[in-house]
Amino acid sequence: MSAAEKMVKLRIWRGDAKDGALQDVEVEANEGEVVLDVIHRVQATQMSDLAVRWNCKAGKCGSCSMEINGKPRLACMTRMNMFEEGETITVTPLRAFPVIRDLVTDVSFNYKKAMEIPAFAGPTDLKPGEYRMQQVDVERSQEFRKCIECFLCQDTCHVIRDHEENKKSFAGPRFFIRIAELDMHPLDTLRNRKKTAQEEHGLGMCNITKCCTEVCPEHIRITDNAIIPMKERVVDEKYDPIRWLGSKIRKREGIN
Amino acid sequence: MSELERHSYDVVVIGAGGAGLRAAVEAREAGLRVAIICKSLFGKAHTVMAEGGVAASMGNVNSSDNWQVHFRDTMRGGKFLNHWRMAELHAKEAPDRVWELETWGALFDRTKEGKISQRNFGGHEYPRLAHVGDRTGLELIRTMQQKIVALQQEDARNHGDAESHIKVFAELTITEILKEGGKVSGAYGYWRETGNEVLFEAPAVVLATGGIGKTFKVTSNSWEGTGDGHALALKAGGHLVDMEFVQFHPTGMVWPPSVRGLLVTESVRGDGGVLTNSEGKRFMFDYIPEVFKDKYADNEAEADRWYGDQTNNRRPPELLPRDEVARAINSEVKAGRGSPHGGVFLDVSKRLPADVIKKKLPSMWHQFKELADVDITETAMEVGPTCHYVMGGIEVEPDTAAAVGVPGLFAAGEVAGGMHGSNRLGGNSLSDLLVFGRRAGAGAAAYIKASGKNPVSEASVRGASERLNAPFTRVGGENPYTIHQELQQTSNDLVGIIRTGKELEEAIVKLAQLRSRVSTAKAEGGRAFNPGFHLAIDLDNMLLVSECIARSALQREESRGGHTRDDFPAMNPEWRQVNSISAWNGKSVDVIQQKLPSLPKELFDLFELDELKKYLTPAEITSVKGGA
Repeated sequence: MSAAEKMVKLRIWRGDAKDGALQDVEVEANEGEVVLDVIHRVQATQMSDLAVRWNCKAGKCGSCSMEINGKPRLACMTRMNMFEEGETITVTPLRAFPVIRDLVTDVSFNYKKAMEIPAFAGPTDLKPGEYRMQQVDVERSQEFRKCIECFLCQDTCHVIRDHEENKKSFAGPRFFIRIAELDMHPLDTLRNRKKTAQEEHGLGMCNITKCCTEVCPEHIRITDNAIIPMKERVVDEKYDPIRWLGSKIRKREGIN
Repeated sequence: MSELERHSYDVVVIGAGGAGLRAAVEAREAGLRVAIICKSLFGKAHTVMAEGGVAASMGNVNSSDNWQVHFRDTMRGGKFLNHWRMAELHAKEAPDRVWELETWGALFDRTKEGKISQRNFGGHEYPRLAHVGDRTGLELIRTMQQKIVALQQEDARNHGDAESHIKVFAELTITEILKEGGKVSGAYGYWRETGNEVLFEAPAVVLATGGIGKTFKVTSNSWEGTGDGHALALKAGGHLVDMEFVQFHPTGMVWPPSVRGLLVTESVRGDGGVLTNSEGKRFMFDYIPEVFKDKYADNEAEADRWYGDQTNNRRPPELLPRDEVARAINSEVKAGRGSPHGGVFLDVSKRLPADVIKKKLPSMWHQFKELADVDITETAMEVGPTCHYVMGGIEVEPDTAAAVGVPGLFAAGEVAGGMHGSNRLGGNSLSDLLVFGRRAGAGAAAYIKASGKNPVSEASVRGASERLNAPFTRVGGENPYTIHQELQQTSNDLVGIIRTGKELEEAIVKLAQLRSRVSTAKAEGGRAFNPGFHLAIDLDNMLLVSECIARSALQREESRGGHTRDDFPAMNPEWRQVNSISAWNGKSVDVIQQKLPSLPKELFDLFELDELKKYLTPAEITSVKGGA
């Protein structure tokens, strides 16, 4: 073993929907590696059937979401040198979603929720190529479109993390930023996106603890830039008859 | 065994990256029922990794741009080996495909007038790439993913079932294209989650499986780039064209080792970044090839002026096509003028203010900060070539994207060949997958109208099932991970950026040995989500593709674009007249030469005669020009 290599201790959850347990392994780690590299080495040398999702290994696709020492993280962006020498690194599947096998969970909840959000409704009087928008106006939505759908925000959100019963009525942070993105789109024509966020997607259940923002690998300010502005304006709309009347006349940026 | 899961569709689209999703949208809009198969989760395909942008001559930033200029740039980039009709369709239709994305909700960066902004890129004469910072691929895939959802919502309203016309089958691998009576009848595969087998009955199949990068050790590709579509087409009787042309992107990360190969977007250079060697020299000025001398600046002063005034100055040589830059970096490192970790330096920190870098290249800033502890606003990046893209692919009819020789099979995106010739320009991949994804969907729709259903026979199902189960029935075989590592090393060492006849012969022998070892590679463990089993299946595809590359590369005795032969270093106009066609004979790959369709007069006339003389033989020029 060269100087750059050392042995590290991992504790990996292995099992399926019925049964499972943590298993200890020791494996080589090289300079500059991330947790996903080390998991791959375990796979190649000790557990060829260890199930783990990954694609790009560059923090761009959001596939290798798991919990590392209890914290929701992307395994490809978690560097080994952030752990103490000799520390055992515990790797477990996302807790908010049902386990399929080992580190792979059933995230279909998120795809169902995506289906419930009404799509972009572009202007009918503009042909392709005629859209005109200012950079400053698209930037707000662009921040939310950075989302790589790793679902770490969904996993950490305590409204659903340990409350399966809330899943039916709560879309979760990923889909609040989707609604905010469409709501702030300069040319979206659909009204009442904030109202439906509140009434149909459970925006009101969020009590702004900002856990989602903390785990976001894209550093999207989910709470400050999407959830809070939507909550504030929902309140405005609900209780301010003049603003409500205004929204009936024409849609303004970000305000229904 | 429990009963086989069966589905029946009009079209099965294999691959859910940009090309597959665009094909699915088109087929669904034509009223067809479509199954979309993705090997990973919906929305994770390799398209998300595309950074720089989508090339389309909208002329928003420089109004001199038009399809003819884009066509010329594409042919030059491909060193005139491109199928002219594909390059023509691509250049003509790309703007419409980009504008259409806006109507589906895409939010590109804007110009001051509020139009879609366009950036400079290697080989493109004008600023042409529509982009969103350096995450354009993510915007494309998300937009199309959301368009699919929008169509499903529409189907839910109209038919009471969101999946009545489009259903996404996520984490499912297709292992075989089925045929009856010489025509496509369906596809066979397995759910990755359970290992259970699935039959799709469909008279048309669109292959949109992307690339082959995982056959190489240093690559920018994700695990999915295992050449599945290439192999599926070969085994179904299709042909692969020009597989020797593999693009090594000049700038991949070289440090730390775990991210070696990870892409550093060309936008870094498009936005002003320069390449220097260990002596601090901007070396690209020494590597401007003869054919590009009139387009690229030969001194720093002019190159730097170009960023402000593109009319009166030639382009910086850092923006030469990718094959040229990759070879130059390779030469600098070989000559001992490399960076500490075996690359060269790419520096944007001395060229742009820190806040501009973070704004224009946010993903790059994060990538280096988080994976290499390097702040690119303060220090130079270390970069080197990485396997990025395969120009070769399934031979198709340009207008319909129909695979030659297999009725009912279509192909679009990276898995299809011909469009990019010997070298692809940056930004031409995202436009390619939109243009030909749409054409493949339309091609499949037209085909089905004419041909009707084609039921699958039980014999075909039995055969496909037996082959799929082989990795579990083998006894005492090797670990597939070990064989994969050896394959990657072989590709890197013997079929890499610089090739020789002797090494290619060695590679072919080595590949045959690996193939016989794969036939005994056993999958340990059960069927449910078992990566060892998945790899054993993928390995077969990778070996087949690698053999096509090595054999095509051995035959082509010249250097052109993404194929460099140390023993034949020059470009040879005689070789420009032929494509390498790979076919599978059941045991090994045969490669033959086939004449390239010649450029029609109206496209020929878009070029200066002097330029054409660099690529075409005198006889070819005479035959098109009619003796002029």
